[in-house]
Amino acid sequence: MTEIFGVPIQAFMGQLTIGLVNGCFYALLSLGLAVIFGMLNVVNFAHGALYMVGAFFSWMLLKYAGIGYWWALILAPIGVALIGIAIERTMLRWLYQLDHLYGLLLTFGLALIIEGIFRHHYGSSGQPYDLPEVFRGAFDLGFMFLPKYRAWVVVMSIVVCLATWYIIERTRLGAYLRAGTENPKLVQAFGINVPLMVTLTYGAGVGLAGLAGVMAAPVYLVNPTMGSSIIIVVFAVVVIGGMGSILGSIITGLALGLIEGLTKVFYPEASNTVVFIIMAIVLLLRPAGLFGREK
Amino acid sequence: MKRKLISALISASLAFTGLAHAQAPKAAAAPAGKLSNDTLKIGVLTDMSGLYADFGGPGAVLAARMAVEDFGGKMFGKNIEVISADHQNKPDVAKNLTQQWFDRDNVDATFENLNSGVALAVTALGKEKNKLTVVTGAASSRLTNDSCQPGTAIHWVYDTISLANVVGNAVVKAGGDSWFFLTADYAFGHSLEKDTGDVVKASGGKINGAVRHPLNATDFSSFLLQAQTSKAKVVGLANAGGDTVNSIKAAAEFGITKSQNLAALLMLITDVHALGLNTAQGLYLSEGWYWDMNDENRAFAKRFEARNNGKKPNMNQVGVYSAVSHYLKAVRAVGTDDTTPVVKKMEEMPINDVFAKNGKLRPDGRMVHDMHLFLVKKPSESKGPWDYYKHMGTVKGEDAFQSIEKSQCPQFKKG
Amino acid sequence: MSLSKTGVLYIAVLALACAAPFIGGYPLFLMKCLCFALFACAFNLLIGFTGLLSFGHAMFFGMAAYIAAHSAKVWGWTPEVAIIAATLGSAALGYVTGWLAVRRQGIYFAMITLALSQMVYFFCVQAPFTYAEDGIQSVPRGKLFGVISLADDRVMYYFVLAIFVFGYWMIHRIIHSPFGQVLKSIRENEPRALSLGYEVHKYKLLAFVLSAALAGMAGATKALALGLATLTDVQWQMSGEVVLMTLLGGMGTIAGPVVGSTIIIAMQNYLSGFGSWVTIIMGATFVVCVLAFRRGIVGELQHFLKSRSNKA
Repeated sequence: MTEIFGVPIQAFMGQLTIGLVNGCFYALLSLGLAVIFGMLNVVNFAHGALYMVGAFFSWMLLKYAGIGYWWALILAPIGVALIGIAIERTMLRWLYQLDHLYGLLLTFGLALIIEGIFRHHYGSSGQPYDLPEVFRGAFDLGFMFLPKYRAWVVVMSIVVCLATWYIIERTRLGAYLRAGTENPKLVQAFGINVPLMVTLTYGAGVGLAGLAGVMAAPVYLVNPTMGSSIIIVVFAVVVIGGMGSILGSIITGLALGLIEGLTKVFYPEASNTVVFIIMAIVLLLRPAGLFGREK
Repeated sequence: MKRKLISALISASLAFTGLAHAQAPKAAAAPAGKLSNDTLKIGVLTDMSGLYADFGGPGAVLAARMAVEDFGGKMFGKNIEVISADHQNKPDVAKNLTQQWFDRDNVDATFENLNSGVALAVTALGKEKNKLTVVTGAASSRLTNDSCQPGTAIHWVYDTISLANVVGNAVVKAGGDSWFFLTADYAFGHSLEKDTGDVVKASGGKINGAVRHPLNATDFSSFLLQAQTSKAKVVGLANAGGDTVNSIKAAAEFGITKSQNLAALLMLITDVHALGLNTAQGLYLSEGWYWDMNDENRAFAKRFEARNNGKKPNMNQVGVYSAVSHYLKAVRAVGTDDTTPVVKKMEEMPINDVFAKNGKLRPDGRMVHDMHLFLVKKPSESKGPWDYYKHMGTVKGEDAFQSIEKSQCPQFKKG
Repeated sequence: MSLSKTGVLYIAVLALACAAPFIGGYPLFLMKCLCFALFACAFNLLIGFTGLLSFGHAMFFGMAAYIAAHSAKVWGWTPEVAIIAATLGSAALGYVTGWLAVRRQGIYFAMITLALSQMVYFFCVQAPFTYAEDGIQSVPRGKLFGVISLADDRVMYYFVLAIFVFGYWMIHRIIHSPFGQVLKSIRENEPRALSLGYEVHKYKLLAFVLSAALAGMAGATKALALGLATLTDVQWQMSGEVVLMTLLGGMGTIAGPVVGSTIIIAMQNYLSGFGSWVTIIMGATFVVCVLAFRRGIVGELQHFLKSRSNKA
C-alpha cells in the first residue's frame, strides 16, 4: 500500500498541496469558531450546519435564480450571516448568563434542525454544483498538476484569514472587540453598544462558515450531512490550537491539513484519525493547546 | 395503599392477558377466507430520509403500491394493504419495527430492507418468525452465503458478486485491462475489491495496485493522484454512496477522466442524476434495469415518474415492484399466504415482468436475472434529463450471479 | 415501618414495570427503553452530579455492545459473563479516554470526548470483528448462568429489568455516598474543592470511569436483548441523543433520564413514518429545553411540588 513512497517528489508535493487546500477549509471554519468563542463564549455547534447552508445557498442561487459563483461568493455568506444574526437575537442572547454548556447544547439542537430541514427538502444524495467556467482546467506546475480551482481556494482563504486577523488585532474595531471580550461592562460604559457588537460578531463568524461552504460547493458534493462530518475534525483542530488566538487557529488549521495530506500518502488507513491522535498527544504535552492560555 | 395498587395492577394485567387469550383462537378459526387474519398486509421498510432515501425511500414505497394497484388491489376479495416505515438506517430500529409488524400488525411479508446491516437483521428475524423478507436494496452477498435464510429470505435485485462479475468482466473485454482500485476501508469495500480483482485477473487483465480510503472521507483528491500515478487504464471505485460520488467529482476536477476510465462498482441512475453528466461522463457501471431500453420500460418509467416528482425509477425501485408483483401472483396461485408454500410457488414460477425476463428464484433465495453494463453519456450525446446511459452489453443471469455450487450457504455448501 | 413518599413511588413504578409485559407493553420495546434509560442515567452521573458534559458517551455504549455481542456469539460466553466482560471493557476505555479528557474543563472537555469517540467510531468501522456496516448480527441470548434460557422475550425482559434496577441502585448509592458529595462540590465550585485538598482530577476520573462502565453495561444488555450490535451505537449522533434524553428528563435529577429516554425512544419508534421530521423534532426539543425548560420534566415537576409545599 505504501509503494507510493518510492514515487519521487512529484506525488509528494501533490499531496502536500492538496493537504493545504483542506487545511484552508479547516482554518476558515476554526477561525469562525474562535472569533465567536472569543466574543460570546459559545462553542458554535451549528457551525458545520451553517457551512452546509452556505453551500446550499450557492447551489440554490444558481438553480433558482441563475446567479453564478461570483455573486454567490458574496450573497451566500451574507444570507448565512443573517440567519446567524436571527439566531443570536432570538435565542443565544438569553444564555450568556448561564453555563457555557447551554450554548453548546442550543447550537447542537439548531444544527439538527437545520440539517433535518435540508434533508427533508432536498434529500440526501446531494446536489451537483459545476465548477465555474474560469476554473476549468489546471496549472501544470512541472512537479504536479494543480487544478485552478484549488489554487483559488488556497489564495482566497489565506487572504480572508489574514484580513480577519488584521481587523481583530490591528484596527480600532478590533480593539473594541477584544476589549468587549475582556470586560463588557466597562466597554459598555464607554458608550459602545456591546450587544450589537456581539450580534454582529456572531453574524460575521458564521458568515465565514458560509463562505467556506460556497468555496466547498464545487469541490465536494453539496449535501445536508457535509457539515456534521467536518465539524468534529474542526473541533479537534480547535482543541489542538486552543481558542485563545486568532492566528493560532489559522496556523493549526493549515498545519493539520498538511499533516492529513501526508498521512494519505504514507498510511492512508489512518488519515481519518490522525487529527484525533495529534489532539491526544497535544493534550498530554500542553493541555491548554498549542496557542491557548489556561482560563 | 401499596397493596391496593399492586392488586389493582395484577387484576388489570389478568384482564388483559385474558383478553389476549380470548382473541387468539378466534383469529385462528376464522372461516373460509384463505388469508391469515383475513388480510394480506405488505410492509415496505426502507430509508425514507437518510443517505439512501433516493436509492429506495419513497420511490420504493410507491413501487410497491403500484404493484398492488396493477394486481387489482384485492386478494380473494380482501383489500391488500401496504404499510411503510423509515428505519433511519438503524438496524435495531429496523428489527424492532419488523418484529412489531409480524407480532402485532399481522404483516405477511416485508420488502426493500436496504442497508446491509438492516437486511441481515431483518432476514434473521424473518427466519425466526417464519415470515417472508425480500431484500432489494442491500448489496451484501452474505445474504445468500454465510448468512442465508433459505425458505424465508429472498435477495431480489443484485449483490456485490454480480456487480463485480458484470463490471470486471465487461470492462476488461472493452479494453480496460489494467486496474487500480480505490477501496473503502471496511469489509464491504474489501470484498468488492477482491471479487472484482479476481474477475479482472480471470478475464486476462492485471491489477496495478490499490489504495484504501476511510469511510466517508470528504476529500478524495490525494487518493486519485495515487490512482493517476499508477497509469492503470481503469480506476475501480470499490465504495458506495457519497464516497463514490465524491471520488467521481474529484476525478473530473483533476482531469483523471481524460486519460483513465472510472468504473463504479455500486452506482445507480439516481446517483448519476445527482452528479450531472459533466462530471459523470465516461463512467462504467452496472444496473439490472434502465428505463430507456425498450417500450415496456419507458411506459413503466413514465407512469412512475408522474407520481414521483418527475424522478425516474432506478433498478432497486423497479425491483421492489417486481418482487411484490411476483409475491402476489404466488399467493393467488397457492390460495394462501402461508410463507412456505408461497415461497415454493415463487421458486416454481419464472419471473417475467418489466424488471426481469425469465428470471429464476433459486432455493437459496437468490433471484437470478440478466444484468447490464452501461457507459455514462457525454453531455453532448444526452437528449435531456435522465437520458444518461449507453448500453454496452448484457450479462446472462447465470454468468452474472454466483452459482449455487459456489455458495457458502450452509444448506447448499458442497464439500 | 413507614415508607417515605419516594419509596412508595419507587415500589409502584417497579410493580408497574414488572406487570408491563402483561398489560399491553411490547417486551422488545420495553427492553430497549430500559437499556437507554440506564445509559442516560449513567450519563447523568457525569453531567448532573459532576458537571462534566461528555459528548462521546456513545463510544462506551457501542464498544460494550460489540464486546458483549462478540463474546456471546463467537466465544459462546453466557450472557452474564458477556455483560460483565463488556462492562469491564468499557470501564478500561473510560479510564484511558477520561485520563486524557479530565485535563480540560467545560466545553473543551465536551469537544475532546467527542473527538475521542469519533476515533473509536473509525476504529469500529475498520476492525474486522465488528463487520463494519453489517454489524454483529443474530447474537444469541444464551442461557443465564448456563441454565435459564433467555430466548423468550418476556424472560429476557425480566433479566433486563433486573440489570436496570441494579444499575439504578448503584447510581443511587454513588450519589448519596461521601464520594458523591465530593463530586457535587466539584460541580458547584471546583476551585474550592481543590483548595479543600481534594484531588479533583482523581475524583473526576473515577466518576468518568464509573459512568463509562454503567453506560457499557447498558450497551451490552441492549446488544443481547436486541441480538445485534452495529455502528449506530458508536456514532456521535448517539452521544447527542443521550444528552437530549438527560436534558429533557432533567439533569441532576435521579429519575429524570429515565423519563427523558422513554420519551425519545417512543418518539423514534412511533414517529418513524415521518422520516426526517424525527431529526427536526429532536433538534426542536433541544432548543426548547435549553431556552425554556432547563430543569427538564422531572426537575420542573420537583420544583413545582417544592414551591407548592413552601406556600402551603
